[in-house]
This record gives sequence, structure tokens and C-alpha cells, in this order.
Amino acid sequence: MTEHTILRVVAKLTIPFILLFALYVQFHGEYGPGGGFQAGVIFAAGIILYTLIFGLDEARRVIPPWAVRALISGGVLIYAGTGVACMLLGGDFLDYNVLAHKPAHGQHLGIILVELGVGVTVTGGMIGIFFVFAGRGRRREGTVE
Amino acid sequence: MDDLMIEALTLVLLTLLAVTGLAIARLRNLFAAAMLTGLFSLLSASVFMALDAVDVAFTEASVGAGITTVLMLGALALTRGREKTVTKMRTAQALLVTGVTGAALVYATLDMPHFGQPDTPVHTHPVRAHYLEASEKEIHIPNAVTSVLASYRGYDTLGEVTVIFTAGIGVFVLLGTARRRRR
Repeated sequence: MTEHTILRVVAKLTIPFILLFALYVQFHGEYGPGGGFQAGVIFAAGIILYTLIFGLDEARRVIPPWAVRALISGGVLIYAGTGVACMLLGGDFLDYNVLAHKPAHGQHLGIILVELGVGVTVTGGMIGIFFVFAGRGRRREGTVE
Repeated sequence: MDDLMIEALTLVLLTLLAVTGLAIARLRNLFAAAMLTGLFSLLSASVFMALDAVDVAFTEASVGAGITTVLMLGALALTRGREKTVTKMRTAQALLVTGVTGAALVYATLDMPHFGQPDTPVHTHPVRAHYLEASEKEIHIPNAVTSVLASYRGYDTLGEVTVIFTAGIGVFVLLGTARRRRR
């Protein structure tokens, strides 16, 4: 789809805002609707739009397969790691009260970390699944490996 | 007045949902059907919005209307764009199965409490009052949905994240382009 000038220009203009909106949803989840799940999906949608316009090879140069795997497993590690950190600080698993001096601050920190973990895993999962789908179709059309 | 507006809006949205569902069932062109499922999700998101469930509406709009539609189109690129024609016999069988399943689901909804009924467990269970009132004091964040999701029910959400992780890994293993050893 590289020859569609209008699509390319419009995508280039909108993708930064989509990614920024995803970050807003991610870090504003405590105050408004949204959170890690929605933010991850929106971020992945921005990357998928990029892939649709500029092609899979370009997108794979932006986010290589190892990065997708790191994202999808890193998010779970952040989430579970927050729980383990709570245990090391003397609380129960995922009991954020012990993460800071005041319990309320600990809760804030814990929720931000946990939501970050959710967002990272969802981003990686959605991008990865789309890349695999898109890559498979191309491989079949091309020459036999 | 306001309630009446919401009621009318919900009625319109539900009618549009039913129309979209029927249109999807009648279509043979799978590309159009995939686009209409996106529309179906967007309409469901609007219904959730009218029911004041903003977080659910947000998820439905981004996942259902966004990602799922793209993945459907991706799947169509791998298969074919038109539904295979089937014999009348098979259509009748499918209709029977769908009818029985639909009737069972409708029968199940008869047991559900009416919308907004005040004496259901959702409204009377003590944990509800705790979550809604103490979340402000204990966690200091205004969105009770987030405090339930990430703090009170943190274990469940960890499980959900693990489900997404597992789903992603499963797709990679099944369809992945990772180098394979030849036998």
C-alpha cells in the first residue's frame, strides 16, 4: 500500500496522537475510564495502522520479533514482580500498602505498576498476533521455502 | 425526561443491533460480514455507554470494533472471501441448533433480575458498600473500577494478564514464523 500518498500522510499525522492517547488512557486510568487493557489495545492499534500503511517489513524493523516476545512476557513479569516486591517488603502478595511510607501512596504505586504490566502484555500480545497473521499470508503467496 | 431519553436511545440501539445481526447472518460476502461485526461491537459499546458502564464500553469499542475486525480481515486474507454454499439440509440443521441454543439463552434470562432492581446481590452484598465507600479512603483514587480491578481483585487481573500471555504464546507456536527444523 506504499503508493497511497493520502493514506501515508494521514497515517503519519494520526499515529503519534493514537500512541499519545494510549499513554493517556494508561496513566489516567485511576481518574477516568480506561486502564492497562484499553491502553494496550489502542497502542497496538496505532502500530497495526502503521503496518497496514507501510508494510510488515517496515513495522518489523520498528518492533522486531524479539521485542514483541519481550513485551508479552515482560508485562506479566512486571505484574507478578510487583506482587513479589510486596512480599519482600513484608506484606502479602499484591498487597501494595507496604510499597511506600503511606499505605495510600503504596496503593497508588502498586496500581500504576500493575496497570503498566497489563498494558505492556496486551500491547505485545495484540501486535504479535497481528504480525503472525500478516506474515503467514505473505509467506504463502511467495515462493516455497 | 433524562431517563426517558436514555430508554429511547437504548431501544434504538438494541433495534440496530438486531438488524445488524440479521444482516450478518444473511451476508455471503465475508468481507462485508467482518465489517458489520465491527459495527455490531460499536453498537454494543454504545449500549454499555447508555448503561453507564464506561470502562466496559471502552474495552468493547477498542477490542471488539478495533482489533477483532482487523484480525478477522487478516484471517480472511489467509482463507477466502466468500462463504461456501451449503445444502438445504445442513442449513436446516444449523438453524435447529441455533434455535435451540437461542431459546435456552432466552429461557436463562428469565431468571435474571430486572434491570436496576434494588434487592439483587449486586446491590445488597456488604462487599459492594465496602468497595464503593472505602476505596476512596483506602486507595485514594476516584475510579472505583480501577481500584477493584487492580487492587481488591488484583489476583484475578494477574490471571487475566496470564491468559493474554498464554493466548499470544499459543498463536506464536501455532502460526509463528520462527525458524523450524526440517525433518
